[in-house]
Amino acid sequence: MRGFLLNRLSQSLILLLIVSVIGFLVLNLLPGGPLAQFGLDPGMTQDDLDRLKEQLGLNRPLLMQYLDWAWRLLQGDWGHSFRDGAPVLAVIGRHVFATLLLMGTSTAIAIAIGTWIGIRGATHRYSMFDHVATVGAMVALSIPTFWFGLVGIYIFSLRLGWLPAGNMYTIGDGSVLNYLHHLILPSIVLSLVHVAIWSRYMRTATLDAISQDFVKTARAKGLSERRVIMKHVVGNALLPMITLAGVQLPSILTGALVTETVFTWPGMGRLFLDSLGYSDYPVVMGLLMFSAILVILGNLIADIAVAIVDPRIRLG
Amino acid sequence: MTALAANAEPSRWWRSRTVRRFTSHHLALLGVAMITLLTLACVFGPHLLPYDSLYIDLRARFSPPLTGDHYLGTDPLGRDVAARLFMAGRTSMLVAFFAMLLSTLIGTLVGVIAGYRGGWIGAALMRTVDGFLSFPSIFLLLALAAALKPSPAMVTVIVAITSWMEVARIVEAEVRSLREREFVLAGRMVGLSGTHIMFREILPNAMGPIIVAATLTVARAILLEAYISFLGYGIQPPLPSWGNMLEGAQQYLDSAPWLAIIPGAAITIAVTSFNFIGDGLRDALDVRDDRV
Repeated sequence: MRGFLLNRLSQSLILLLIVSVIGFLVLNLLPGGPLAQFGLDPGMTQDDLDRLKEQLGLNRPLLMQYLDWAWRLLQGDWGHSFRDGAPVLAVIGRHVFATLLLMGTSTAIAIAIGTWIGIRGATHRYSMFDHVATVGAMVALSIPTFWFGLVGIYIFSLRLGWLPAGNMYTIGDGSVLNYLHHLILPSIVLSLVHVAIWSRYMRTATLDAISQDFVKTARAKGLSERRVIMKHVVGNALLPMITLAGVQLPSILTGALVTETVFTWPGMGRLFLDSLGYSDYPVVMGLLMFSAILVILGNLIADIAVAIVDPRIRLG
Repeated sequence: MTALAANAEPSRWWRSRTVRRFTSHHLALLGVAMITLLTLACVFGPHLLPYDSLYIDLRARFSPPLTGDHYLGTDPLGRDVAARLFMAGRTSMLVAFFAMLLSTLIGTLVGVIAGYRGGWIGAALMRTVDGFLSFPSIFLLLALAAALKPSPAMVTVIVAITSWMEVARIVEAEVRSLREREFVLAGRMVGLSGTHIMFREILPNAMGPIIVAATLTVARAILLEAYISFLGYGIQPPLPSWGNMLEGAQQYLDSAPWLAIIPGAAITIAVTSFNFIGDGLRDALDVRDDRV
């Protein structure tokens, strides 16, 4: 277990290093580099820009700049927002909760519905239900999330008036019920794609598990079909799903960011767009790095969780 | 397709098992039919409709669908939605098609080199792929699109930069398993160069998975372009794209819902079709299915 942990940890660190290099290159290879938005300021002359470059150390070799930037990143100094001068990490921190709330709720919905569809599709293979689920999943994967959100708002907010069209809560009303009311539509919209993905994987995993010897044994013991499926098949089919949850993390995050822009949800996606609008590059870069770190961390946790649950992995 | 052609009888490719399997895949055929229709509509539609996609008519603003000759209504500037939809289809599908070509090229190159060379070069390349995959693609896409000038060509390049990794992974795995096969060892023995073996001997045998991945990449590219254009960082007006037709549609959602519904439906139809075709190709070309 210890060797496994060290191995996984070192892999994550290497990945972190690569991610930081990509992030740094994106920041620097863009025309204008880190000073891009000042170049547009009419109050700035070329002399000012040159002086600033000198002051900020932007005329040093790229490698030195990278090491300096990465070192400050490690120390938690992610720079300051151009908009209000607040530390980037603090700005991001204010928006993390909303995104995680949205991601968590919709993942829970996706897992519950997707698992059910997947198991039923596998146990009733090639039935009408299975065919509809297969085609439905492919169509669901093809619907643009932001458009599905617009259609949802049109039907449930504008026509029926059942659900709010955006925001996380009504100003002046901080009750849990109010939060939940605002959470329903965006989390369902976000979960659509993941119900599709989850159900397909769950169907494959269940079919794999059904063909295993221990299922034959369980049947031979005379257990009821229901018990065989619920206890032996589903338990084993859920194992690879933990890894899937980790692998799907970037796509869930991407979906959440997209959903936030349509529902004016005050999370990281909304912050990213606002910051782009203000050319607030420190926050944009901070979000880019922060989300990548979140993804790497999520994968690491998923790997460790699988290793804890499944003893076979530790040996391999 | 050389590998496929070599396996089948050369003169009767249309009778090969691959073609038979593809034509018995109903959804794939439906996809081909829908894409053909959509392409024809986008090519000929604008010439058959009475209005130009850029013709502004402030007297006819916000006409709902089926008003006079405005079959799909008009937008906030009184421009004909049907004409714009077809012109936008040209932009969106061309951008997606070229983004697919470029990302497949990058992905194949990286995958072949990483898979064939292996060692530290392969490891470094594949960790770079992992690195790119760690970023939410939307963030990377928007950051690049906001900083670079979003001409159609640039949007194509940006979409390709954020979608080549899947192909690279597939090709790398395929090449790594082919590397030790007899025909490659034989090639090495007779002294063929590494480049020759990689691209002339191994690559044709990895064509199936690449074709499937490329088809699915078109679907993905349509979605990505639509999203960044929807947010105003992609294809810039007045050139219409399915994405930028949706830009601003949200504020008129209550009074003019067709502005949001029609372009989104077109995107969904196109993306679904490419996903259906990709699924059919996967069955027909016997590509192992790791994704679903």
